[in-house]
Amino acid sequence: METISKPKATRYLNPYIGGVLLGLVLLAANFIAGRGLGASGAIKSVVVATTQTVAPGYAEHAKFFKEYKEEHSGSPMKNWLVFQMLGVVVGGFVSGALAGRLKFKVEHSPKITSRRRLVFALLGGIFFGIGSQLGRGCTSGSALSGMAVLSFGGIITMMAIFGGAYALAYFFRRNWI
Amino acid sequence: MGPLAINDIISSNTNFFLAFVIGIGFGFVLEQCGFSSSRKLAGLFYGYDMVVLKVFFTGGVTAMLGLLFFSLFGWVDLGMVYVNPTFLTSAIVGGLVMGAGFIMGGFCPGTSVCGAAIGKIDAMIFILGLFIGVYFFAFGYPMFETVYKSAAMGSPKISTMIGLSDGVFAFILVVIALGMFYVSEWVEKKFPQDEY
Repeated sequence: METISKPKATRYLNPYIGGVLLGLVLLAANFIAGRGLGASGAIKSVVVATTQTVAPGYAEHAKFFKEYKEEHSGSPMKNWLVFQMLGVVVGGFVSGALAGRLKFKVEHSPKITSRRRLVFALLGGIFFGIGSQLGRGCTSGSALSGMAVLSFGGIITMMAIFGGAYALAYFFRRNWI
Repeated sequence: MGPLAINDIISSNTNFFLAFVIGIGFGFVLEQCGFSSSRKLAGLFYGYDMVVLKVFFTGGVTAMLGLLFFSLFGWVDLGMVYVNPTFLTSAIVGGLVMGAGFIMGGFCPGTSVCGAAIGKIDAMIFILGLFIGVYFFAFGYPMFETVYKSAAMGSPKISTMIGLSDGVFAFILVVIALGMFYVSEWVEKKFPQDEY
């Protein structure tokens, strides 16, 4: 090893400073739009929009899509969270570009194969997708944004997400440590 | 004054544009903190990297205090700010299912989009999983509906539920957060892991 420290470009922001900045972004969302941040809501919009396009007859009658239509007026893609998530893609990309972190790769522990990592990523995504619908929002929309407005349900969901992950951490340890 | 969109101070289209700008800030901050890396995120559950806890609670507390002060100064009408409704059963069950997804996949939805934005293929596959999960929920909705709608409690605030003012509860939460930061700094020293 010639250098002890990592090259400066790949280093991350101090987490407490990052947290304050994240809080200010969330505050801005509440001040401007009267709502918090989110992620899974945008995925739901895409799911509703694609189903309405591909299978309009089904979407007309199936209960999930009927309830969505009753609660939301206009096109499902003309949605605050859809625009916000497009911003997240841009913001994440710009940050990665400035920090020299843009690279196609499968990130995994050296003790497991890429294939195993991808199988678990897919499974994790499926679980998170289902859970985010049950919980009416994910870590962003329910837990973080809920905490900022002191929502009882949001704080319960937050404790269940982290509690659930800690409870199962032992069984999946080989994937991470 | 605020919320600007709800008080019709800005138009609906301006609100959508600002959503995009806010999203840029959200994605930028998440990526800068290292939330585009699943191994960094999963560190929370094994003690080798507590960045999630630090960023999450600093962010939550900052926004909470900001809203309380904005309300005090008369800049925002908290009665018009969306408070997530509470459906107790689905909040717990949904949270636990998300927790399982988190430990398997190493991402949550927002962070996976950040990871995908910088080229993480595991994040892209996680997003594919998210879509499968949400389609599954949508098509299998009758199966989930009972759990989804049971124990509806309206939109209570936790402070009201335990009989404290927002300010006193906020103060307690700040103290809890500081305690957790102290513990996380200690935990990271106890469970170090290099090169990830």
